[in-house]
Amino acid sequence: MVRFRCLAGLLVALFASAPAQAALSVFACLPEWASLAQELGGDKVSVYQASSPLQDPHRIEARPSLVAHMRSADLVICTGAELETGWLPVLMQTAGNRNVQPGTPGYIAAADYIERLEVPTRLDRAEGDIHPSGNPHIHLDPRNIAKVAAVVSDRLAKLDSKNAAFYAARGDDFETRWGAAIAKWEQQSAPLKGMRLVPYHKDSVYLIHWLGMVEVMDIEPKPGIPPSAGYLAELVDKIQRNGADAITRSMYTDPKAAQWLSEHTHVPLVDLPYTVGGTPGANDLFGLFDDIIARLEKVRK
Amino acid sequence: MHARVFVAGLTVAATACAPLANAATDSEIQQLRDELTALRSDYAARIGALETRLAAVQTTVEQSAPVEPAPFVQPPLATASSGSSGNEFNPAASLILTGTYGQQSEDPANYQIGGFIPTNGDVGPPGRSFQLGESELTLAANIDPYFSGYFVGAFEGDNGTSVEEAFVSHVGLVPGATIKFGRFLSDFGYLNEIHAHAWDFVDAPLALQAFFGGQLKQDGLQARWVAPTSLLIEVGVEFGLGDQFPGTDRDKNDFNSMMAFAHLGGDVGFSHSYLLGATLYRSKATDRTYQDLDQFGAPVTDAFTGDTDMWGLDFVWKWAPDGNSVERNFKLQAEYFHRNENGSLTFDQDGPGDATGNYNSDQSGWYAQAVYQFMPRWRFGARYDRLDSGSTDIGLVRSGLLPSTAFPILADHDPRRTTTMVDFSPSEFSRLRVQYAWDQARFTDTDDELSLQYIMSLGAHGAHKF
Repeated sequence: MVRFRCLAGLLVALFASAPAQAALSVFACLPEWASLAQELGGDKVSVYQASSPLQDPHRIEARPSLVAHMRSADLVICTGAELETGWLPVLMQTAGNRNVQPGTPGYIAAADYIERLEVPTRLDRAEGDIHPSGNPHIHLDPRNIAKVAAVVSDRLAKLDSKNAAFYAARGDDFETRWGAAIAKWEQQSAPLKGMRLVPYHKDSVYLIHWLGMVEVMDIEPKPGIPPSAGYLAELVDKIQRNGADAITRSMYTDPKAAQWLSEHTHVPLVDLPYTVGGTPGANDLFGLFDDIIARLEKVRK
Repeated sequence: MHARVFVAGLTVAATACAPLANAATDSEIQQLRDELTALRSDYAARIGALETRLAAVQTTVEQSAPVEPAPFVQPPLATASSGSSGNEFNPAASLILTGTYGQQSEDPANYQIGGFIPTNGDVGPPGRSFQLGESELTLAANIDPYFSGYFVGAFEGDNGTSVEEAFVSHVGLVPGATIKFGRFLSDFGYLNEIHAHAWDFVDAPLALQAFFGGQLKQDGLQARWVAPTSLLIEVGVEFGLGDQFPGTDRDKNDFNSMMAFAHLGGDVGFSHSYLLGATLYRSKATDRTYQDLDQFGAPVTDAFTGDTDMWGLDFVWKWAPDGNSVERNFKLQAEYFHRNENGSLTFDQDGPGDATGNYNSDQSGWYAQAVYQFMPRWRFGARYDRLDSGSTDIGLVRSGLLPSTAFPILADHDPRRTTTMVDFSPSEFSRLRVQYAWDQARFTDTDDELSLQYIMSLGAHGAHKF
């Protein structure tokens, strides 16, 4: 009897440790979507962020805790465009949650709602880790964030209809602030136009596109393929011939190649946060773009 | 009677309350609709404006773009293809190509795991010289809104084919539940469920080889349930035909193998994750035959009939700094297996010396392995295997009818093996491996085994479990 009570107590305790009941529970694959969900849902949502800002978004493991949180999620927000293809399907298959399967209202693939860049015309793995749906690093253009925000707001209202007015108001407020921020960033970054960048990976294409910068070349010879020593030596020559204002890398990538290249070409290296939490300055979505622009401005002078 | 009253009451209540509820929600819905429409048109206007600005920016970029600009390929607009050929619904297909080059100091033909009843399965290192491994073809797709299907066919190097897995799954019958039926790799322990191409070593742990003859597959049904907790708590059961070692096809209704498992898993920060598991398994065998030598060295066929009860524990711990496994990561994995077999053992079945007596054995085995990725793409790993032939009680020997030398393969032995490996993965889709093992599975002589292996993956990007 005592043992039974103990067991029952344990079970109750375990169930009580589940994510807060009242709030809509949101599973965000990546920090940028966690931050957006929090902006739009406020205290009506409890957001679980499935990965850290220092994780390579292509290579996240289907950890046990992700299965557990996927199980109870009401809304899953991911990037889509095959970015999470190595781990999200496992969660979908094992967590036993039919409300968040692709195609249901509980699932948002952000890349479905924006115009993707670099959709390959030739699909061949010999080209490296390319995505049939185009470049998936869509959040680095804040105008894409605005589009996704509208979708998320809409979906929150649909899934939690009794708080629909709250989400609408919250969405309006975010839209106003975000619109103002975009205007500010565009004005502030005017001097960055035409800036010539050499990113490590093709993960800042949307940023470059938005700010009218130029991607001279990448350090990776092909997406997802790290450069060899020989290739780096070739790059030194290429960069000097073509001219570049900055070598950039996201915080989750290996710094060694970018640092070596910067030393040998005397082109400054800029570490970019990539996502919310990537640097101390990138404490939320607003901070993310503030910090990216500030870091680029520093070397533009 | 009570039920009828209850239903009637419910109907009355429902009819009484429905209009009220509808009235309330209708006006709310209308209000919401209006808000959403306003919101939408607002967004449409904003997005329109953004797009105009975007176009303007693009032209300036194009005009000012100097040498070697990165090409921006504009995404094609959503294509609504009118002349559909039907291939759009083809399942995601992928193909695994594997092969080895091996050198072994002992003859692979006489490989045996001493002290354990042979499984007639997949044991020992992959042969000498160049060997084509399994080519695995995987097809997977949703069937309809209710089911999805998964198929793995294996083409063996010796030109045989087999159905590795072919199952249908259903997600969310009740929240947290997944059901699978067909043929599937059983969830016994941690590694059994993982396809060979995703293993960290060329071959399976000795314990899997000795107890299952490789990997345990079930033709049957699996149901699993994930608890609504933030720690992963998962329980599951399997029922199957149980025709694979340690069971045999018994030509009976009902199911011959049963299994129950539980998993507990979680994180410590973003850097550490762990998974613990426990499994119970039971199956029955009738005339499960194997080849041995009698006390004079002549080949005989012996057979076991009875019950097999197994339990296992498994543990996995993974570490990656800030969760970023691309640079460096570490994985520690260990499993323990225990098996009790109780029934009868027949000596020289259908032969001149045919005799049957009791058989009872308690045997166990474990392995522990660690794999460290010390730089991007390069990993180093070590594994230690140990089996304990335990206590075996053979009635025919105890009664003095036969000497213990009539069952040479069941003599006391603790097989051991130490394995080291280094592998290099040029990309996510290719892996090259060197492995060296000191294998003491045989009663005498250590087998020095060198293996070079390639594992290549074509087609759809596979998703791997933890």
